[in-house]
Amino acid sequence: MSEERLSIADYPLAEKRREIVRGKHGKSLDEITLEALLQDRVALEDLRITAAALRQQAEIAESAGRGTLAANFERGAELVDVPQDTIMRIYELLRPGRAQSQEELLAVALELRDQYGAKGMAAFVEEAAEVYQRRGLFKKRF
Amino acid sequence: MAGEPRSFANRWKRFSDWDERPLRLDKFAIEDAENGFASFTSRHDPKPELTLASGGVGVMDGVGISDFDMIDTFIARYHIDPEIAPEAMGLPSHEVARMLVDMNVPRSELVRLARGMTPAKLAEVVTQLSSLEIAFAYSKMRARKTPGNQAHVTNAKDDPLQMAADAATAVAFGFDEVETTMRVARNAWSNAVACAVGASVGRWGTLFQCSSEEAEELKIGMAGFTSYAETVSVYGTEKSFIDGDDTPWSKAFLAAAYASRGIKMRCTSGAGSELLMGFHEKKSLLYLEARCLCLQRAMGVQGTQNGGIDGAPITCTVPGGMRELMAENLIAVWLDLECASGNDARATESEIRVGAKIMPFLIAGSDLICSGFGSILKYDNSFNASLFNGEELEDYLVLQRDFEADGGLTPVEETRVLALRTRAVEAISAVLDELGLGQPTQEMKRSVVAASGSDETRSYLPRDVALISESIRERGITVVDVIKALARRGFTEEADNLLNLVRLRVSGDYLQTSAMVRDDHVLSAINDPNDYLGPGTGYRVSDTRREKIVAIRDVLTREEVLRAEAVHKAAESKRISYRTMGPAAAGEDRREVVIGVSPAFGIKLFQTIAGHPLSAILRELIGGIIEGGASARVVRMKHTADTSFLGLSAARLAGSGVGIGIQAKGTAVIHQKDRLPHNNLELFSNSPITRLEHYRRMGANAAAYALGEMPEPVVVPTRGEAMGSRYHARVSLIYAIETELTSEGAVPEDVEVTLLGSAA
Repeated sequence: MSEERLSIADYPLAEKRREIVRGKHGKSLDEITLEALLQDRVALEDLRITAAALRQQAEIAESAGRGTLAANFERGAELVDVPQDTIMRIYELLRPGRAQSQEELLAVALELRDQYGAKGMAAFVEEAAEVYQRRGLFKKRF
Repeated sequence: MAGEPRSFANRWKRFSDWDERPLRLDKFAIEDAENGFASFTSRHDPKPELTLASGGVGVMDGVGISDFDMIDTFIARYHIDPEIAPEAMGLPSHEVARMLVDMNVPRSELVRLARGMTPAKLAEVVTQLSSLEIAFAYSKMRARKTPGNQAHVTNAKDDPLQMAADAATAVAFGFDEVETTMRVARNAWSNAVACAVGASVGRWGTLFQCSSEEAEELKIGMAGFTSYAETVSVYGTEKSFIDGDDTPWSKAFLAAAYASRGIKMRCTSGAGSELLMGFHEKKSLLYLEARCLCLQRAMGVQGTQNGGIDGAPITCTVPGGMRELMAENLIAVWLDLECASGNDARATESEIRVGAKIMPFLIAGSDLICSGFGSILKYDNSFNASLFNGEELEDYLVLQRDFEADGGLTPVEETRVLALRTRAVEAISAVLDELGLGQPTQEMKRSVVAASGSDETRSYLPRDVALISESIRERGITVVDVIKALARRGFTEEADNLLNLVRLRVSGDYLQTSAMVRDDHVLSAINDPNDYLGPGTGYRVSDTRREKIVAIRDVLTREEVLRAEAVHKAAESKRISYRTMGPAAAGEDRREVVIGVSPAFGIKLFQTIAGHPLSAILRELIGGIIEGGASARVVRMKHTADTSFLGLSAARLAGSGVGIGIQAKGTAVIHQKDRLPHNNLELFSNSPITRLEHYRRMGANAAAYALGEMPEPVVVPTRGEAMGSRYHARVSLIYAIETELTSEGAVPEDVEVTLLGSAA
């Protein structure tokens, strides 16, 4: 893939830039057919979005003037390879009163950064830890 | 001073009548900002304010950074653009309000300014707009050009067969999104599979969601059964947010998680939720909602389900409530969010309020006009009744036609719906069987295909469904298994359709703002941006789209009217014969009443609008005249088809000077030769409700006038039926047949009428 940044002119990617759209295991859209599915050449994993696709969509959102949406896609890109259970565990911990101290959230941030290279998401969780502390959220609710 | 006027009653009975109307089931609340009942303004709302300090926001809407709650913090950090804020906050609110309704100010300029505005500023601006201006601004500011709509598909039994049939039906009517939920939480997986299969019948592209518990919903999405989520709720006060068991950070995390799974997502917020939850901080509904919306843009979600939603009913109890719902939707699109604009929870029992509520959105358009139009019957809606429901879907189709407005739906022919429902039931049955989940019987299938609602089905019950659902979850069945099952059982088209939908995830194109699928293509605010800049721009109903919108069922044509008359012609020929005797002369008999019939009477037209054969009408009129002691002569008029002139011409020919004029459609008049054309003696203007006995009494009264008496006029009682709406289309077509036969100056002809044996 080239270094050029995508713009609204490249959208929708599946039509305008079909050649750069790839599934998780590198399959192109034209390879993901019913026939291939029936012959088990395509599995559910091939139908997942990739971090690259999310970053491409982030570039497009940015060029459409939607910076916050682009940032969400960037955060999403960092979570693509985070397992479902981990996602649900972190989400649960971010809910009010689940974590009992700042440290619990900071540990999660560390995990995101070290294990998954999710730097943006890690900073986001650290920010939550700071705000939750200030707003008194580290207390039992039930 | 005179004494108190005497009172005759303790109540004007009209109030009792009003008590009985559905409207009175609605309860209204007094405006009371202290207790949270204020739509647009409360004295506790802050004034718009923004002070930038080093590196960010120092003061926002009256609160300093050290006192920021979580919502303030999130908005200040992620929503406010410090580059734009000084300019945007510096503009007087009334000036910005004028820009919103100025067609020469492009949407993009206003979207740019919104990025620098605080919640209080956004609220202050839209508060200056009237309902009409809000609707107009909404139409100009919404993100995607083409409007769409979303359906609820649920049923009271969580029956997968009905779910599939109803999903296919909703897709056929054109819904861009289908949302389901269940009566029993465990049934989520079965609902998801059934809806996914049903929605793949007929065409592909309808996005689908299964509203359930957050973790479960994400899992169902991961298994590929759903393509979007919208139940990520946010609130405008910190306490409600915490009470809702979330924070802006937990919700933003969830938003990123959905993106990471390639699932489209929007948040939900709406006026009244804080009020319902008891943490409104005495602020107005609009101000709190402005906070929610800024927060959503800050979180980076592409859109919002907004406009009261579950809080719509309580919002509509407050003065200006409906205007407030429109105003918050306007803020949503001004913030460049996709807007599924509410119009879901049924906010009133009054059908007039329902119609009024939908109108601004229907004509302004919206990304999703309803964020849950009940495509099923009210009692089958597991979200509770919607503003519009299966019962009223045709009313909505007609509103589209009336206003030539695209509400996102398309009329479908009866035979097509039946075929699609049959196909959907067969498809889901095949999937259940193929995956070893169930073997629906022919009787179950048959009952579902024809059923309007679950009361009429003999199919799965919630307990049966729980077993199916648990099995899907436990065995880890995914959408790939379902696609394969469809294909193996010969449902290749449906398998392809479902695969197309899941494949959307790979490119992620449908994650962009306001994305939907139309005709095999993703359409979003990026490749279908709202470019409104005045008449001729923005969304226009194309000729082909208009053709579809106007094609409602049972539309009257001239051919149909003539066909119906031809059927009656044969029957009438056995009951009556008309023999033309030549030009009619003035009568000599002082007791003679002339019946002047219209040109097509008994020649091309054979029954009245009320359905009475014309032979019966003449039998009654003549019988009445004779009973009244006069004699009758029938004359056909050929110079006019107008009731008044038929009557007056007849009167002038009659020896008594009294005549009856009657048109084939049944409108009749008693006239007297010296009166002005439209000043008759008696008139039956409402032919559809005129009964044979009325014609008999009309004949008798005509005789009485002829004999110089003054009878009690015959009054045809009406109950206020909308005669025009029921009959005018047919009346006009029939009347045109009459007028075609008239010619100027043609003389009246005597007609010998013979009533035959088999008279009706």
